[in-house]
Amino acid sequence: MSLIHYLVLAGILFVISIAGIFINRRNVLILLMSIELMLLSVNINFIAFSSYLNDIQGQVFVFFILTVAAAEAAIGLAILVVIFRQRKSLEVDNLNELKG
Amino acid sequence: MIEYLISAEFYQIMLFWLYSTILIGAALAVVTMRNSIYSALFLILCFFSAAALWMLLEAEFLALTLVLVYVGAVMVLFLFVIMMLDIKIKPKSGMSNYTKVGLLVALLMGIEMVMLLGKKLVGVLPQDDLVKHVQGHSNVKEVATSLYMKYTLPFELASVVLLVAIIAAILLTLRRRDDYNIVNPESQVHVKAKDRMRVVKMDAERGNYIGGEE
Repeated sequence: MSLIHYLVLAGILFVISIAGIFINRRNVLILLMSIELMLLSVNINFIAFSSYLNDIQGQVFVFFILTVAAAEAAIGLAILVVIFRQRKSLEVDNLNELKG
Repeated sequence: MIEYLISAEFYQIMLFWLYSTILIGAALAVVTMRNSIYSALFLILCFFSAAALWMLLEAEFLALTLVLVYVGAVMVLFLFVIMMLDIKIKPKSGMSNYTKVGLLVALLMGIEMVMLLGKKLVGVLPQDDLVKHVQGHSNVKEVATSLYMKYTLPFELASVVLLVAIIAAILLTLRRRDDYNIVNPESQVHVKAKDRMRVVKMDAERGNYIGGEE
């Protein structure tokens, strides 16, 4: 296996999650999941480079990304619960308060 | 030929293709499923196969962390939220404009990345196979050495980030109910005697003794 395989894999994953953010109009929850997928693909890149260049710093960085992503998921889900309490739905099209 | 088929390299290549196929299939399922609980379950599968790929890359500590933290904590949180909220599943309503734009953007990004990888980086990337560590090499030890020796301060700042996340999540979801018999400690501390007691000036009265005459 060479590095390019992992890079292409991470690229495909990233593109899928970008498409997921656009495609999804029904549920904010799946937007959050797409963001998690994007972070995962970035992490795959980091680990592949760290492994092939034999440099441990990439893995340390992934550790910090995991921490921040966990915090982000917790806050995102909390915001989502608040939105659901106020609107009784999670549709993306309903969230147009800031449109003016 | 047969020696190649039973070699460790071939096995590793097969595992890579297997896990990456599962990963991409599960990612597609995550973004296209209508029921969000299926999306969450497929996302768990994604994380699991990514952890397997990280194992192939000899990043054992992070692979285990991914399974423990993501599958064990974050995805359980997702599933809890999905189950607690009463989300109604809407029927599918064709391809919207957003879908077309989204697919276009994704396609363009994919083409850009492939062009970059194929044209720009092909001579720069390390072409050799994975550096294989000797048996007994500890990835955990290596990560820990780097984390605690070189990145001590960022490591501690990460805990502050988690603390902020805890406080923010609690504050956001805290419900302030009116029909709740809760005592506000602040107002309790600041209370003055005159708020509680009213001194009424009045003349003394002769009461009627109930017990009769003395």
